[in-house]
Amino acid sequence: MSFINFIVYVVIGVSAVISYFVIANWAHDYLVGKFSKRNLQDSMFRPWIFMAPALIILLVYLIYPVSETIRLSFFDNYGREFTGVSNYVWALNDSDFRQSILNNFLWLIFVPTTCTFLGLTIATLADRVWWGVFAKTLIFMPMAISFVGASVIWKFVYEYRGAGNDQIGILNAIIVYFGGDPHAWIAIPFWNNFFLMIIMIWIQTGLAMVIFSAALRAIPEETLEAARIDGASEVRIFFYIIIPFLSETIVVIWTTITILVLKVFDIVLAMTNGQWGTEVLANLMFDWMFRGGGDSGRGSTIALFIMLGVIPIMIWNLRRFKMEQEK
Amino acid sequence: MKHFSFGKFLAHFFLLIIVFIWVIPTFGLLISSLRDKDQVALTGWWTALKHNEFNEIVRTEKSTVQFEENGVFIITGNLLKSAPSKSVLNFGITSKNPKAFEAPSKVTMKNGSIFYLQKDGSYRWTSDKEFKHKKGKRIFLTVSTPPSLTLANYKEVLVFRGIGQSFINSLTVAVPSTIIPLIIGAFAAYALSWMNFYGRDLIFATIVCLLVVPLQMSLIPILTVYNQIGNFFGVSAKSYVGIWFAHTGFGLPLKIFLLRNFIKSLPHEMFEAARVDGASHYQIFMKIILPLSIPAFASIGILQFLWVWNDLLVALVFLDKMPSEIVLTSRLREMLGEFSQNWEILTTSAFVSMIVPLFVFLSLQRYFIRGLVAGSVKG
Repeated sequence: MSFINFIVYVVIGVSAVISYFVIANWAHDYLVGKFSKRNLQDSMFRPWIFMAPALIILLVYLIYPVSETIRLSFFDNYGREFTGVSNYVWALNDSDFRQSILNNFLWLIFVPTTCTFLGLTIATLADRVWWGVFAKTLIFMPMAISFVGASVIWKFVYEYRGAGNDQIGILNAIIVYFGGDPHAWIAIPFWNNFFLMIIMIWIQTGLAMVIFSAALRAIPEETLEAARIDGASEVRIFFYIIIPFLSETIVVIWTTITILVLKVFDIVLAMTNGQWGTEVLANLMFDWMFRGGGDSGRGSTIALFIMLGVIPIMIWNLRRFKMEQEK
Repeated sequence: MKHFSFGKFLAHFFLLIIVFIWVIPTFGLLISSLRDKDQVALTGWWTALKHNEFNEIVRTEKSTVQFEENGVFIITGNLLKSAPSKSVLNFGITSKNPKAFEAPSKVTMKNGSIFYLQKDGSYRWTSDKEFKHKKGKRIFLTVSTPPSLTLANYKEVLVFRGIGQSFINSLTVAVPSTIIPLIIGAFAAYALSWMNFYGRDLIFATIVCLLVVPLQMSLIPILTVYNQIGNFFGVSAKSYVGIWFAHTGFGLPLKIFLLRNFIKSLPHEMFEAARVDGASHYQIFMKIILPLSIPAFASIGILQFLWVWNDLLVALVFLDKMPSEIVLTSRLREMLGEFSQNWEILTTSAFVSMIVPLFVFLSLQRYFIRGLVAGSVKG
């Protein structure tokens, strides 16, 4: 029954969108052919028929909301009364907010660095062994898994049973095996942040690895050969030829993972819901969206701080795009 | 040359360790989902493939079941309730020495009766005098269970825990949320690459900016709009149509950006030739661009599909939590609270939620990687 619903929903939704383009273009050809002497090929209406749905959706779902969120951050919890910068003052004095900023910084420093380092290491190693492709597939696999699914996987790894019991989480089992004491890892303030970050690293290293792999293959073999003939060691080649060659790739990976980390939400919600000092901006914002009927002012203010983090990347992207246009 | 081969050895060694660390967590999840739920709670999943030993205290039958044969009183029964896969290793009759005897063996009790226990748990207890005990006698067992994998957990979560329904809900969200932005994005990308109109560069520059806007910036205003629409028409603010367009909106900048780069890279001559033949832009798009773009659609579509399938935030905000709407990620997150100790349910549900992404990943890996690489190399 529900599977039939699924088919019906999908068919209706998709065909509605397709029929817009078919009908609009058909109507356009019919009307222009009837009322205008101009060539159908250079119709000034056609680009807007092509663009209209995209423009409307971008306007409704991104451009309007961005300006509205900025406006709401200066208003009260219902978005009715102007309250100046009071939401910002609240944020800067709120202990949860400060904790989130601090944790987000921790994530921003630790996750992209580790992913880049591990990704490059694995890509380099995998190039040297015959089973490299297979290894890369396995390491890349977490990329396909949801953050919530990954959280379940790792919560099971970190699972804690009181000392003396059989540990069913593999991390504690290993520690007990070597004579250590088991711990409830995700409840240890400060360090638990790293246990959550490991999940993100586990997922995103595959991305870094794949991009590095492609970039490594682009390094001209003659350059490496020339360096070897000159007697450079593999380590020297790595630091003086390969790393400079990859500098642009490193920036790309860094920014991609940085944007992702700024928005980290699912992992924190699923693992701790911000308890034990693991709160991050995106989870705090989600919390305020619904806490006590929802506070649109505070929620919007927190969202703006996330936005603040991506603005440098946005400007950098835009400059690169302009340079490309001028070429 | 010795130095070189040592380096090669290190490469194998380190890569093997890394791969091992990477795979173990998922492997543990898979194994746990296939184990008996009592065992999942008691022992680590890594013990699943060997025989497990555990201690049990059971009671014999009461004296009421005794029968007399040639002046001998007899009680028979099975301490393992005739579970064929289990077997008794050791047993004892006092708590001080619970592993005193090895099965099968004959033991003489304090009152002179003879207790004979087999490996399969069946016993024969004989006595010259009539048995008088009211409660069954306690027997201490060390039982061995063979490794057994079962699909029972899958049946449990799919049928009774709402995961099956959520699976279909996830599909209902993900399929249109993938196709709609692809169609809309393809037309826009074509216009942005090969048509001349006022404001084209400004629009594209805006799209480049929107690429990185966090979707948190959109949540509150759109939710407000949805609530108002819902109130106005007296319908629920949370609906499949609502989430399709939300996902379309959030994914559209990247779809347009990638498709435009792709369409722009197609040979210009082909396009010119079609123009000379009198084809309109619509005809060129439908007859030339669309067929050529199938590989690009595949890459970008897989990316969007997995993104939507794995999304939690948008689903939490724009979909209801009732059984007919809740998606897999959202249900899984609920279960983390509801069944925080029932690892057999959690691991199984998590694995069900991963089946589709893993299948897509393994069968279409090349397209997936191509899309991801293109998607990250922005600008």
